[in-house]
Amino acid sequence: MRTLFALMLAGYALGAAAAVVIPRGRGGRGLVAAGAVMGGGAGFALALQVLLTGAPFVLEAPAMLSIADGLLFRIDRLGALFLGLVGFLAVPCGLYGAAYSEGYEGRASLRFLGSMLNLFLLTMSLVPCAGNVLTFLLMWEGMSLTSYFLVLTETDEPETVLAGGWYLAMTHAGLVFALAAFLLMATGSASTTFGDLRAAAPALSPSARNAVFLLALFGFGSKAGIMPLHVWLPRAHPAAPSHVSALMSGVMIKLGVYGLLRVGLDLLGGGPAWWGALLIGLGALSAVIGVLYALMEHDLKRLLAYHSVENIGIIFIGIGAGLMFQTFGLPALATLGMVAGLYHTINHACFKGLLFLGAGSVAHALGTRNMEEMGGLIKRMPRTALFFLVGACAISALPPLNGFASEWLVFQALLGGSAIPQLEVAVVMPIAVAMLALASGLAAACFVKAFGITFLAIPRSALAEQAHEAPRSMQAGMAMLAMACVVLGLLPFAVVPILGSTLAGMGGVTPAAIELTRGLPLQVPGASGQMSPPLLALGLVVLLTLVPLGLRLLGAERRGRVGDTWGCGRIGQTPRMEYTATAFAEPLRRVFAELYRPTRDLSIDFHPASKYFVQSIEYRSEIHPWIERLLYDWPIRGIRRVAVRVRRLQAGSLHLYLFYLTLAFLVLLTMARWSR
Amino acid sequence: MVAIIGFALGVSQAALALLLAPGLVGLVRWLKARLQNRRGAPAWQPYWQLAKLFRKEVVVSSNASWLFRAAPFIVFTSTVAVALLVPLLLVPLPFDGVGDLLVVVYLLLLGTFFLSLAALDPGSAFGGMGASREMTVAALAEPTVALAIFALALSAGSTNLGQIVARTMSGPAAVSPGHLLAFLALFIVTLAETGRLPIDNPATHLELTMIHEAMVLEYSGRYLALIEWAAGLKLLIFFSLLSNLFMPWGVATGITASAITLAVASLLVKLVVLAAVVAVLETRIAKLRLFRVPELLSVSFVLALLAVTSSFLLR
Amino acid sequence: MTEPLSPTTNDLVRLLHEVDDRARRLFGRALAIREVDAGSCNGCELEITGLTSPVYDSERFGVHFVASPRHADLLLVTGPVTRNMAVPLVKTYEATPAPKLVVAVGDCARTCGVFKGGYGVAGSVDQFVPVDAFVDGCPPEPAAILRGILTAVGRR
Repeated sequence: MRTLFALMLAGYALGAAAAVVIPRGRGGRGLVAAGAVMGGGAGFALALQVLLTGAPFVLEAPAMLSIADGLLFRIDRLGALFLGLVGFLAVPCGLYGAAYSEGYEGRASLRFLGSMLNLFLLTMSLVPCAGNVLTFLLMWEGMSLTSYFLVLTETDEPETVLAGGWYLAMTHAGLVFALAAFLLMATGSASTTFGDLRAAAPALSPSARNAVFLLALFGFGSKAGIMPLHVWLPRAHPAAPSHVSALMSGVMIKLGVYGLLRVGLDLLGGGPAWWGALLIGLGALSAVIGVLYALMEHDLKRLLAYHSVENIGIIFIGIGAGLMFQTFGLPALATLGMVAGLYHTINHACFKGLLFLGAGSVAHALGTRNMEEMGGLIKRMPRTALFFLVGACAISALPPLNGFASEWLVFQALLGGSAIPQLEVAVVMPIAVAMLALASGLAAACFVKAFGITFLAIPRSALAEQAHEAPRSMQAGMAMLAMACVVLGLLPFAVVPILGSTLAGMGGVTPAAIELTRGLPLQVPGASGQMSPPLLALGLVVLLTLVPLGLRLLGAERRGRVGDTWGCGRIGQTPRMEYTATAFAEPLRRVFAELYRPTRDLSIDFHPASKYFVQSIEYRSEIHPWIERLLYDWPIRGIRRVAVRVRRLQAGSLHLYLFYLTLAFLVLLTMARWSR
Repeated sequence: MVAIIGFALGVSQAALALLLAPGLVGLVRWLKARLQNRRGAPAWQPYWQLAKLFRKEVVVSSNASWLFRAAPFIVFTSTVAVALLVPLLLVPLPFDGVGDLLVVVYLLLLGTFFLSLAALDPGSAFGGMGASREMTVAALAEPTVALAIFALALSAGSTNLGQIVARTMSGPAAVSPGHLLAFLALFIVTLAETGRLPIDNPATHLELTMIHEAMVLEYSGRYLALIEWAAGLKLLIFFSLLSNLFMPWGVATGITASAITLAVASLLVKLVVLAAVVAVLETRIAKLRLFRVPELLSVSFVLALLAVTSSFLLR
Repeated sequence: MTEPLSPTTNDLVRLLHEVDDRARRLFGRALAIREVDAGSCNGCELEITGLTSPVYDSERFGVHFVASPRHADLLLVTGPVTRNMAVPLVKTYEATPAPKLVVAVGDCARTCGVFKGGYGVAGSVDQFVPVDAFVDGCPPEPAAILRGILTAVGRR
């Protein structure tokens, strides 16, 4: 295991070094990708080893940093799951990046891109490996900073800088909350290692535990992107390069889930029922509102970013249900809920990564992310279209792919809510079921729009007409993830026991409760539901081959010809006659108009001769996320006001700064003397 | 041996459904004609229509891709797969472990998904409009379906279709107000999902009033036949779910000749009754404007929510 | 309420050629019609609407009207073909899958009727699409139109 760990570190370091030394050219980009792939592969192998054997991997390096117990790496099963996730996604994204970053030559610093990518992967891999608070927060901050620099890659776009600003602010606010949570937990414990924190947690007062949970929820929830802390997601993810967006959406936000699980379930060992209810409530809200805003987007990557908010909501619903069942002493259902949430974490990483890579191929080929300028790409980029279709089906929870398997589990977990004795608490479950179903249906509608407008029909612009298929390495990255989507959907009975084992020993979850599967079908404790994805897939495939045979037997006519699209006999067809993305989502916009509150501007220019003849009409309708404005406007204004006042300290005079330095030095000396 | 008989029964039950489906559609049309004081076509007219469609050539738009040609097969396959999973004649179901009620709902969504994509493929505005409306109605009907499943699963203790049917059959105590409310909610969803008045008019010629029809405007020949057959099968599946989940008396619990005959007869009676209800409804009420459909669906949602609440309280 | 179809309407139908055996077998029991208004005054359309009424009830013969020519077997064309409708008529014919039939309804469809020689008229229907049967009348009664349709598919 030590060699694998070293290999992982070496791989990423090599990639970063290669980026600094030879950034340009195919060889350089290939080396950067190779470093990422090697590091990712090694990390994945290490994680598999820990998961399958159960033996934790420990590495102490107290001498590296002499404060707060130094660096400590301890990979237990839960950490290994997330480490494996990082490694698993690093391989296709690294591979993809080799050809994708060619588009940045001359526009952005490839040196920065390659090195930051590898450092990002490195720090992300080390977050779940952390065994004490210092290591965790150090790696967390490293992850945030490297991703910030990656978001800023395309500095020629004005909104990128704004996106970076939002991201940096939100992630550091989250860091402050997480730090506060850890420090509060550490008040009664001997050291800041996770083991000691776990041991000291029962001694904390209930109000302290609640405070820790809330702080952790704010801190890790903002990284995860739960509503209302999601505001950075739709800005930062589209701005970043696509393989980075895939990593951010696929893995980085899951580390927020990891942090919450680590603090809430592992270290604190669960809590009162309102913890679970709060998670379910926030999750359901994020799921529905996330997908509603995704529906209104016509920027392909922003649409995907809002869907990440939705899926994080689904994950939180699963985990919240698990926490709630645990409070009421129902270990089997608690395991079910947690496993459902964790399974959706993995699945979302796969299909969201795939979708972002696909969107990146499209943006790479066309030079635009605007769906209203796309169309007809299924004939020009057939393989990308196929992979994107697999991703779209997976995220819409269509059987037998992986999205359906994990949503089925979440549903089953919520359906078990009838076992909860308290009625007021149990009522959360059916509401969550309804909202989850609504989110799922709306997601299907949104992906019909996303795939249909982007790939089908006729190209809506010259950019789309001249599109070409993505290079081989990019296709390979997408193919890997598409395969993973299919496999994870067909073989949940292989994955689910592993997920259950990650929760062993945490917060009262006994290993005996993890009896989720028996043989081929996916069965749920108490026999509250059973399904078999492989048999289902087999049945569908068999039927699909039987139908043409049946047609042949029936003697069906086999002739066919190609004609024009039926348009009531009109003379020609132009792309302007097709449906647009905005038009597709319009019925839903009307239905949910109270939530969206779209603004409308209509200006009509009349002909100078007579007001009965119209010269031109301009119609503009926009949807601003008013929740954001409500919650974030006044803190931002307050901060700006304070910042303007603080700026007066920066008078620009060198003598003043020297004075500040001397003053600070004197204050520190006095403090050191005093604390002696 | 038992497994083989079970498998054969499951397959033949689905085959029966496939055979009956066009007849059900024809029956509804014939009843409507009679209610309109016309003679109308006989109830087996759709069989002639399908036979004719299978012999016509296919015209495909030049803008369409492989998705357009594949979609009818995917829609037909997913609907037949659902027919294999629902309780039509026999309980416990032969393919019980393969899928439960949630699988059924999402398999139907699979068909709708691909049909909507295929409608967008030729690039006509009709298809885009049909796809947009169809996905809106499908998405808004989802919460009701999920809650109705929740209500049924609460009383039966499982989402397995066979177990739900068995529980309802086990005695009058199993029938509760929650059942009736869930039935009403699912009835409205049936009208929405199968494209019947007041949500969609299956006989309209005006594209602006179409939802399902607009999606199949480009299809011809054998593709159209497959889609029409799948739509009829979907209607039969929904009718049998409505009748067998809530009024399962007559469903065979054992594999004996008399039980199966009784099951077939009771299924036919239930289908005819529901067809009559739908025919009367379609003749009496007008189609709702598209933006009034969410109001109707929210009524069904409230009914489902009440069903769940009553199931909770009367546990 | 439905009236049986009177045999005297046969005289108003002109069949242009022998009914194809394949068409007779295929469309004998189920026929889908797409109506095309190639510039008529709508007199014929009013009579055609009567076909689906309870009195004439075309559905009892297995005949139903469809919205898209892709679903249709027979095109029911009315009116003298105006210049604007010439191309759409041909496109509708091309959009219909084979085997297909065309029945032209009304005097205008056969001879351009009262509009003959007008500046907006391009010609009679058979100058643009191959016609299988004409139904005479201005406008013909629904019974005659129904007789024309049935004759075109070889049903008496």
